[in-house]
Formats: sequence, structure tokens, C-alpha cells
Amino acid sequence: MTNIIVPAVVSLGSIGLGAAVILYFVAQKFKVIEDPRIDEVEENLPGANCGGCGYAGCRAFAETLVKGADQGDISALNCPAGGNETMANVAKILGMVAEAKDPQIAVLRCSGSRANAPQKVRYDGPQTCQFAHALSSGESGCPNGCLGLGDCVVTCLFDAMYMDEETGLPVIIEDKCVACGACVKACPRVIIELRDKGKKSKRIYVSCMNTEKGALSRKNCTVSCIGCGKCVKVCPHDAITMENNIAYIDDVKCKLCRKCVPECPTAAILELNFPPRKEKTEGEPTPAEA
Amino acid sequence: MKTFTFTLGGIHPEENKISEHSPVERLEIPGQLFVPITQHLGAPAKVLVNKGDQVKTGQLIARGEAFISANIHAPGTGKVSKIDVHPDQSGYRKTMVVIDVDETEVWEDGIDTGTSIIRSIPYAKEEIIQKIKEMGIVGLGGATFPTHVKLMIPDGKKVETLIINGVECEPYLTSDHRVMLERAEEMLVGVQILMKGLGVNRAVIGIEKNKPDAIAHLSTMAAGFPGIEVAPLMVKYPQGAEKQLIKSILNREVPSGKLPLDVGCVVSNAGTALAVYEAVQKNKPLIERVVTVTGKNVKHPCNLLVRVGTPIQALIDKAGGLPENSGKVISGGPMMGKALNTLEAPVTKGTSGILVMQQGESLRKEVQNCIRCAKCTQVCPMGLEPYLLAQEAKLEKWDMAEADKVMDCIECGSCLYTCPSGRPLLDYIRVGKSKVGNIIRTRKN
Repeated sequence: MTNIIVPAVVSLGSIGLGAAVILYFVAQKFKVIEDPRIDEVEENLPGANCGGCGYAGCRAFAETLVKGADQGDISALNCPAGGNETMANVAKILGMVAEAKDPQIAVLRCSGSRANAPQKVRYDGPQTCQFAHALSSGESGCPNGCLGLGDCVVTCLFDAMYMDEETGLPVIIEDKCVACGACVKACPRVIIELRDKGKKSKRIYVSCMNTEKGALSRKNCTVSCIGCGKCVKVCPHDAITMENNIAYIDDVKCKLCRKCVPECPTAAILELNFPPRKEKTEGEPTPAEA
Repeated sequence: MKTFTFTLGGIHPEENKISEHSPVERLEIPGQLFVPITQHLGAPAKVLVNKGDQVKTGQLIARGEAFISANIHAPGTGKVSKIDVHPDQSGYRKTMVVIDVDETEVWEDGIDTGTSIIRSIPYAKEEIIQKIKEMGIVGLGGATFPTHVKLMIPDGKKVETLIINGVECEPYLTSDHRVMLERAEEMLVGVQILMKGLGVNRAVIGIEKNKPDAIAHLSTMAAGFPGIEVAPLMVKYPQGAEKQLIKSILNREVPSGKLPLDVGCVVSNAGTALAVYEAVQKNKPLIERVVTVTGKNVKHPCNLLVRVGTPIQALIDKAGGLPENSGKVISGGPMMGKALNTLEAPVTKGTSGILVMQQGESLRKEVQNCIRCAKCTQVCPMGLEPYLLAQEAKLEKWDMAEADKVMDCIECGSCLYTCPSGRPLLDYIRVGKSKVGNIIRTRKN
């Protein structure tokens, strides 16, 4: 027996030893020197690989952050999924200070629910928004409205969206949305926008993207912006601009005074998370519900 | 009689040529005409009239200034009430010139509205091309490619045959069939004009065997026109597609990404030949065309001579109104046509038919998984793999779709027709084609 075991152990052992020595030198020769900070930074990132930062996953973002730190500037980089806290941690590792950024959130700029924008024709092609947009003009007739087939919901990595069966529109869950922007890219009609989350999540925005003239857009949808310009006139902060028959509220300039909301004749301006208004005696038009 | 057809793929859908024996009737001009400024392939035409202007029938109202573009003329006499957006056949609102039509029709000076047939062609090649361009002639088969561009042969290319497409392989449609029967002589003069414009001595009119009366009539008539022959073809869809027709008649294959020019021929539609006759001999611009209005439940399936800009509702009213159980109204034929989402949309130069489908037959099959039966591959006349292209488009793999020649697809719909799982293959491929087309264009610029 020993005749077999000894030579086997010796020969295999020496082969193993020889291979180990070769591997050691090869490893020395072809060593990849990686900054240990990359691993450390990556550990502090959310690890969702959502792409909200604009890079291909958290690892690529960590590498960019370290490279940015070496050049002395990481102010342009931001992890929307992690928010200010994550960025502060990361900056600490890199020995820098991160500027606090206002958190953002996705908003759906369309109120064309089944009740507001009734279905006129039926689309029976492939059931995704991208194809519906390319092959038809939409079931309600609005050329800019939500198609309601949920490409945004499918693409959301954070389960922050769902389709409301009753309205046929997607709903964004505020607590879960990290403003990674995946839904903005997925929507073929570009009706989802990233906006400042606002103080205590209070937001005011024009919930319509229809660029047609008022009379035409109202034919398809009762709550469309008709481009009348009343909100532009009433805004004390110059936050509202009118372009292509559509009003836009600048989220930086807007001071959330809510003067524009009752002014809108079609209730196209939405206010979210505000306390209810005090009833006025003269029967002011009630603001649109959020 | 020896007949030919193309070899690769193809299908035999039910023909349903219901309106085959109804002579062409003239549809009275409606009260308002909606004239889109893009009725052709290429750049939109530039509007020349203003709101409130009085226009005569046949007056130039929009000029095609780009290389690939076409002039647009007033299809009726009246006042331009507005230049505004109006839904077109895609359902989207596009810029249109709206004309409130007067009771008495006044034609633009120089247009011969008589019925006498002028056979002598005293024009030179350049004059013919210029006239066709002025009169806004485009291919009436459906693709609406400006005809004058087709006639301008680039240096170094040689054309020896003109092919006239009288195949009309789409089920239901009969407009070209009626034109070939009723206006054969004018059409043949039109073919002669096209031959002169191209500088060729030979023209072949391809007609499928399901139109024996047209074959017989044209064969007799063509005896008086040297160089023009009639080629009867076996019935197979999509024989009316340019590349398939060249294969059927000349047995030449147009390579991928090339034009019929590269194999020495130019293909033009039978209806276009008639429009060319009217443009060159009568100075009459392309303001009306024959449209088939048909469907199994339609009361009076008919072929109508319709002014461009007439709302589709008027055509359906003429054919006896919309039947009760209508499911879809399709512009074009059942294979390649597109469902309309409003009947306000006007007829354009490319509208060959209006098909009303019943509720039952218009429904799509339930979509099931691909069973890899390869039927779509067998019937694809371009030798593509539709199941693969559809999947690539679905997964947004545009580079792979391009490598698999998605741009060669002629959108004939044979794959969709034959798929036992009811998969919307053509829908996917259409989108893939437009995306890949955009990518290629941006890369070139």
C-alpha cells in the first residue's frame, strides 16, 4: 500500500507546490491595483443598481465617485435612491463634503382617467405603452395623454408604482419613490417628470401635457390645460410659464402659495399634501382633489 | 397560357373582391374639404394660400420644396376657411387646408376637363418629368412615393423595363381593376408617357389571373401600343409588392437595401399611369382618385371617384352607411391597411380603399406563446424570420434587429396572417422598423 500512497502524495504535492509558486508570481506580475475606497463606497450605496445616478449600477458609480474625489469634485454626482444621508456617508469616506440636495419625486402629469378622458376607440395591438404609442394615437384621442398600459409600473425597481384599476392611470407611492428616473425614460409620451419633493411633500403642478389648442384638447379630456394663461397672471412669483398651449410651474421658483389652483378653469393644476382649504363664503371653486 | 409568380413565401388569403363589378361612380364634392399638406412620402409641402383666399379647382395650394416631396392642389372650388389641425388617418391631428366648397365649380385655367382621349405625346423627357412634378403625382398604390423622383434616373444607372403594377393582390380592393377596365386607353397612353420619361422601349403590365376581364381587355388594347405587353400572373399575396412583382415578371431579385433601379427597372402603379396621363395630356393635377368602399356587410359596395380631402364618413354614407355590427373601419386593404379611429379623417392621395369589417372578423386571436412552427418564416416573401424580429423589437434589441434585416420587411402581414398562435408579429416589426430606421438616419447625419 505504502508503495502507492507515498509516490502519489509526493508527486501530487510537488505539482501542487509548483503550481502555487507559479500562480504566486503570476499574481504578482498581473496584480490589479484597486483603490480600497471603491469597495468601501460601494458598501455604503443602496445596491439597487437602479441607474438613477446615470451610471451602470452601484459599482460603476462608486468608481466614478472615487475618481471624482481624486480630482477634488463630487458635487455633480448624486445617488437619488440613497438620498442625502448616503451621499453624506460616502463623502465622509472620501474625505469630502457632499452638498445636501433637495429630494425629488416622480409626478404623473396627466389626469386623463377613464372618467375625465373617456375611451373612444379600442387599441388591440401589443399591450405595452411603447407599442401603443407607435401604432395608435391612444384610446381617448389625446395625443399626449397616459396610455394606461403600465410600462412605468413594469420598469419601477422599487415597487413605487401601481396601476389604479378605476382611473386607468399609474399611481406613484410617495414613500417608496426614490426619483431614479426609470419611469421617466420608460414613458413614450414623456408625461412623468421628476420634481422637487417640496416641504412636507407639498407640491403643485400642472397635471397635463396636451399641447393642442384649448377647444381641441377639451374635446378629449375634461381636465386638460387649455392654455388660457390665468395661472400665469395670478402667480406672484413668476413661477409659471406658458409654452405650446401648456402651463408649466417651475418647482424652484414656486413658493407653494396655491393662488393658481382655484384660478384654473379646468382644474388641471393639482395640489398634493396640503391641508384642506377654509371654505369661503362666496362659493369659490373648490380646488381639485389630489 | 403560361403564368409566373415569385418563389419565396407568400400566402393565399380569401379574395373577397365584392365590388369587382361595380363601375366607378363619381362622389359629389362634400361641403368641406380637408386637404392634408403631407399626403406623400417625404417632406411636408409648404402652404401657399392664406385663410380667406378664394381657390379654384386644381389651383396649387402647397408646394413640395424638398427633393422628395410633392405639390398639393385644391380639390375643389371655394374659400379657404382655415389652415388648422384636423385628425388624419393615423388619428393624430395634422395641419390641413380646410376649403368651404362653393356650389359652382370653377377649374383653374389650362386644365382640360373634356373626355376626349389625346394620344400624341409631343413632349420631351424633361418636360414630362417637370409636368408630373408640377401636378403633384405620387404613387397611388399606397406608398405615395413622388413619381417624378422615380423618373429621375441617377447617372450611371440604366433602366430597360417599366413595370406597371395592376396586380392588386390585397383582398377586397378593386380600384385598380376598375381603372384598367374602364379607362384602359388613357392608362396605356399614361404608360407610354412614363416610358418616354424613363427613356425605355418596353413596359410590362402585371395582372393576376383573378382579373381575366382586365387581362383580356388590356391585351387587346395594348396591341395598338408598341412596346407594351400584358403579363398574366398566378394569384399569390403579396405579388403587388415591388420586389415580388419584379421577381414574378422579370425573374430578377432586388438585393437587400437596393432599389428596383439597380436591376434595371422601375415599377409604377396602374392608377398612377392614369394620373400621369391626366397630368401630362390634360394638365390636370392629382386631386381625385378611385377608392373602393367595401365590406361583407356594407349595403352597396362600390368604387368611387373621390376628391382628395373628402371625409371618409361621406364615402361610407354613399355606400349605404355604417352597418350596425361594424367592428373596424380600415383604410387600405385587410392585410396592410390601418384601422381608423375617426371617420372625420380625409381621403388622401394614398387611400386605395375603405374596408368596413364586422365585429366578429375584426377581432384578433388570443395571443399565445410562440410554438416555433416556423410558418411565419415559410410565408415571408422577403426570406426574413418574423418571429425573431418581433422578439428583438419587443426586447428593444435594435442592433440585432438591424443585423437580421428588419429594414427589408415590406410589412405585408403574411406572418401575422399565418401565425397559429395569433401573435401580433407585424405590430412588433413595424415599430422595430421605424426605430431602426431612425437609428440609421441619425447615424448617417
